[in-house]
Amino acid sequence: MNAPPKIPPEPAAGAGLIVRGLGAGRGGRPVLAGVDLDLEPGTATILRGPNGAGKSTLLRAMAGLVRPTSGLIAVRGGNGGLRENVVYIGHADAVKAALTVRENIDFWRSMYGARTSLAPEIAERMRLMNLLDQRAATLSAGQRRRLGFCRALVSGKPIWLLDEPTSGVDAGAVETIIREIETHCQMGGLVIVATHEPMALGNARTVFIEPAR
Amino acid sequence: MRVARAIVARDLTLAVRAGGGTFQAVLFLSLAVIIYALAVGPDVGTLSLVAAPVLWASALLATIVSLDRVFQADFEDGSLDVLVETSDTLSLSVLAKAVSHWLSTGLPLVIAAPILGILLGLEPEGYLPVAASLAVGTPGLSLIGALAAAITVSLRRASILVTLLTAPLYAPVIIFGVGAAKAGAAGEALYAPSMLILAAISLFAAIVAPLAGAAAIRLNLD
Repeated sequence: MNAPPKIPPEPAAGAGLIVRGLGAGRGGRPVLAGVDLDLEPGTATILRGPNGAGKSTLLRAMAGLVRPTSGLIAVRGGNGGLRENVVYIGHADAVKAALTVRENIDFWRSMYGARTSLAPEIAERMRLMNLLDQRAATLSAGQRRRLGFCRALVSGKPIWLLDEPTSGVDAGAVETIIREIETHCQMGGLVIVATHEPMALGNARTVFIEPAR
Repeated sequence: MRVARAIVARDLTLAVRAGGGTFQAVLFLSLAVIIYALAVGPDVGTLSLVAAPVLWASALLATIVSLDRVFQADFEDGSLDVLVETSDTLSLSVLAKAVSHWLSTGLPLVIAAPILGILLGLEPEGYLPVAASLAVGTPGLSLIGALAAAITVSLRRASILVTLLTAPLYAPVIIFGVGAAKAGAAGEALYAPSMLILAAISLFAAIVAPLAGAAAIRLNLD
C-alpha cells in the first residue's frame, strides 16, 4: 500500500495568492487579460507597467473590489478567502479629514476588528505620533499618505495590496514604509506594490503588466 | 454588527463636525417654513390648515438635499472600498449608512418640526401627530434615499438624478405622512391606519433598500 503524498505545510502566519487566467475591466473596457501569478507568503512583489496597463485594476481585483471577467483569484493558506486575508490601500487613502489621526486609526481598527496595536503605537511606527490628536485636514499630503498606510498596519491582514504607497511622501517616509513592508514580509506576510517610482525593496520580485489588447 | 456600529459612530461624528449635516437639514426646514409663512401672509387660519403638509414637504426636501453625500464622500476618499472590504454583509453597512443619515438628518427634523409648526399656527393637538408621523416616515425617506445615493454614487453632480429617482418613491410616504398628521390632529379614525401604512413603507424600505443598495455599490465599484 502506497503512502499518501506529503503536502508541504502552509506557513502558519502567511497566506499566498494564486491568480490564473485573470481578466478584468474598468467601466466596461477590458484592461487585463490572461494574468497568471503565484505569490508566496513572506515575499514582496512590485507591479510595473505603463499607465493604463491595469496595475490598479489587478490590485482591486485581488482585493475583491472588482469582479473578474474571467479566471480566478484564490488565497493559498491563511484563514478564509480574500476578505479575511487582504487589505487594499489605494490612491484614495480613506482618510476622513474631519477626524483626528487617532480617530481615523481607531475607526479602521473597529472596521477590521483586528487585535492589532493601538493607535499611538501605529502612529509612532509611521512617525505621526506628534500629530495624533490633530485633524487629518491639517496634515500635509505626505503625512496623509502615511496615515493612509496605517490602515495596512491596523488591518491585521497577511496580504497587503499597495497602490503607489510612496507617491508624494518624503525620503524619510519612504524608508519608513519600506521598513514596514520588509518587516511584514519577514513575519510571513505577502506584499504586492504597484508603483512607477524606484523602490529599494530587498529581494522583491518585479512583474511587468502589459495592457490588454 | 461591529462594522455597522463603527460606521454609525463615525458618520455621526462627521455629521456634527464636517459640513454640519444636522444643522443644514434643520436650517433648510426652518427657511422653507419661514418662506412659506411669509408667502401666505398673516392669515393664521389658512396657515394652520396647511401646516402639516408644509412641514412634511419641507422635511422631505431637506432630506433630498442631504442625500448626495450619503455615499459620495466615502466613494471619493476611498472609504467605500474599506466598507466593501470589511463588510461580511455589505447590505448591513448600507443599512448603517441609512441609520446614520436618519439620526443626523431625520431625527433633528422630527424634533424641529413641531416647534416650527408654531410659526405656521399648528394647533397644539397637531404637535404630537406631526412629530409621530415624521418619526415613522422619515426612516423610510432615509432608506429610499440611501438606495438612490448608492445607485448614483459614481456619478458626479448626481443630485438631480437622485431627486428624480426618489421623487416617485417618496410620493406614498408624503401622502400617508400628511394624512396621518392631519387625521391625528383632528382625532379621526384614519390616524392609526395611516401610521401603520407609513410604518409598513419604512419597514419594506428597511429590507429592500440595503439589499439593492449593496448591489448598486458593487456595480459602481466595477
